Amino acid sequence: MAEKKIRVLLGKPGLDGHDRGAKVIAHALKEAGMEVVYTGLHQTVPSIVNQAIQEDVDVIGLSIMSGAHIPICKKLMEMLEEKGIQDKLVVVGGVIPNKDIPALKAMGVGGIFPGGTHFDEIIQVIIGKAAS
Amino acid sequence: MGVATYIKDEKDAIKEVILQSGIKVKPVYTPEDLKGIGFDYKNDLGDPGEFPFTRSLHPLGYRSRNWTTRQYTGFGTPEETNERFKLMISHGQTGLNVAFDLPTQMGYDSDNPMAEGEVGRVGMAVDSLRDFEIAFKDIELNRIGAGLTINAVASVMLAMYQAMAEKFGYKKTEISATPQNDILKEMVGRGAWIYPVEPAVRLIGDTIEYSIKELPRCNPVSVAGYHIRESGCTPAQEISYALLIAFAYIDNVVARGYKAEDFVGRFSFNLNVYGNLWENVAKFRAARKLWAKLLRERYDVQDRKALFLRGIFGGGGSGMTKQQPENNIVRGAYYALTAALSGAQTTALCSFDEAYTIPTERAALLSLRTFQVLMDEIGLRDTVDPLAGSYFVETLTKEMEAKIFEEMERIEKVGGMVEAVSSGYVQKEVARQAFEYEKRIQQGKVTKVGVNKYTEGVDMEVELHEYNEEWARKQIEQLKELKRTRDNKAATGALMALEKAAREEKNVMPYLVDCCKCYTTVGEMANVFRDVFGEYVEPSIF
Repeated sequence: MAEKKIRVLLGKPGLDGHDRGAKVIAHALKEAGMEVVYTGLHQTVPSIVNQAIQEDVDVIGLSIMSGAHIPICKKLMEMLEEKGIQDKLVVVGGVIPNKDIPALKAMGVGGIFPGGTHFDEIIQVIIGKAAS
Repeated sequence: MGVATYIKDEKDAIKEVILQSGIKVKPVYTPEDLKGIGFDYKNDLGDPGEFPFTRSLHPLGYRSRNWTTRQYTGFGTPEETNERFKLMISHGQTGLNVAFDLPTQMGYDSDNPMAEGEVGRVGMAVDSLRDFEIAFKDIELNRIGAGLTINAVASVMLAMYQAMAEKFGYKKTEISATPQNDILKEMVGRGAWIYPVEPAVRLIGDTIEYSIKELPRCNPVSVAGYHIRESGCTPAQEISYALLIAFAYIDNVVARGYKAEDFVGRFSFNLNVYGNLWENVAKFRAARKLWAKLLRERYDVQDRKALFLRGIFGGGGSGMTKQQPENNIVRGAYYALTAALSGAQTTALCSFDEAYTIPTERAALLSLRTFQVLMDEIGLRDTVDPLAGSYFVETLTKEMEAKIFEEMERIEKVGGMVEAVSSGYVQKEVARQAFEYEKRIQQGKVTKVGVNKYTEGVDMEVELHEYNEEWARKQIEQLKELKRTRDNKAATGALMALEKAAREEKNVMPYLVDCCKCYTTVGEMANVFRDVFGEYVEPSIF
């Protein structure tokens, strides 16, 4: 199996510093055979997009606990389009109320994983969508 | 309650119980166990109020004094927060615990592009003294103490609190503030850091030194094992890391020529209550004992009160679940019971809706009522340390003490806490534990009701706190107005003096008080430190 490994950039946009979830997912994705780059805390959307380009990742995963997921995702999706890399799969996890899920889907976010989502589900979505 | 590992046989009988800290619990304890651990009443417990304070800090426990209730409160602009403060106080809350929004915690003014979308979201927005004057209006600052949950710019907030109180006519000697002011734990757990380790620790030393001299009723640091536990460490590690972090701050001040005896009595702790009831009770009892013993051994502290491990035992955020959120009301009640059985001096509780967002007024009041039912209705104040002498609890307390000590030795072997945080050693260990724990939940090896057992398939809808974007607009407008109307010459002068003091490694606190009084902004003061100290770079742990 010389299949190319899926490369994931895990980003913590904004000022929130609660990164238990991001680090747990980093461990889980690595254990599932993916290559994971973690941006660290306090990133801006432009810095995440730049790292996604530099690291040539297939997937951008955002971890957002502060409640600012809608404005942040909107900005990211716009910027990906601006840079012509809207083919990258974007997934988001964190404290996300059910009522916000349709809005995130409508923006083109490919996977929405509120806290407590099983690793298997996250891994399947990423493998399924990143491969296609 | 889903935090120990239970190994069962085919008939659902429990064969083995392993607590998160790695201690095995036996099905039956007898006097033989106490003999086995060499239990000695005087050395291991002492009477309540006596060294080593395992039982209680005070001889009569809650009989002589109810605990202080301090719900974490703050949102929107200072106006909204002031109203909520007054509401909580009018319902019987006895202390304040101020929640700041993320821009404030990170030293950004509300009009900074980095603050976009965050102004007033998870706490109150504070840009200048003007905001404190509104937030604390009509609150009796000589009677009620305020916890200030802020770390990287805690020095700024302590200075601002003094400036505000003086403006209202209080003497600085009569106000009581407890800034959280624990930057090492931010680097491990909560992430609201700005400056590199060395100057960040020095700023904490400055606040402690300044409090020794000028603010006799303030507690300049609240060492928060709480957030490291939230990030995934075990209860034993929570205490070992917290004690080692406290020692790092003590060392900074001792190096300035002060005796630990003269200031450690002002330290407080913020510790977590979620998890196994017995493990937590043993943890708190062991923590009080170890703190007192180690202060004596390492720093020759003799004064009885200086040996008190005082603090807030509460929260429990990581125990709360998004699924079946009303279960969190029940969890909260058990967590509060844990704190009460552990002799907590002060408490706070995450509200049932906080797996989603910051609490509504109704949810916050329900947390307060939980404490009141415990203390006023069902008898938790009747007698001090009711679990003392239990074969099980005393054995476990002693085992926890050994475990905490063992974890401390592991950190000291890699060069101590400052080094272990700088290198990312602790962060790596905590992240590993968090991953292993999450895996065990997902595999059903540890039970979480409503998450991996007794699930209902649909999420119950609860009323949630709503963020109002109008707050940000209003806050930014008022900040602009402030910059237009303040004496800008005085403000610039105060900032220049602050910069000079920071470069010369003088204690910056008096300069910060001057800056606050000139209505310089949090962002302006934080930027002075950014220029002089630089910014922290996280060690890579993957």
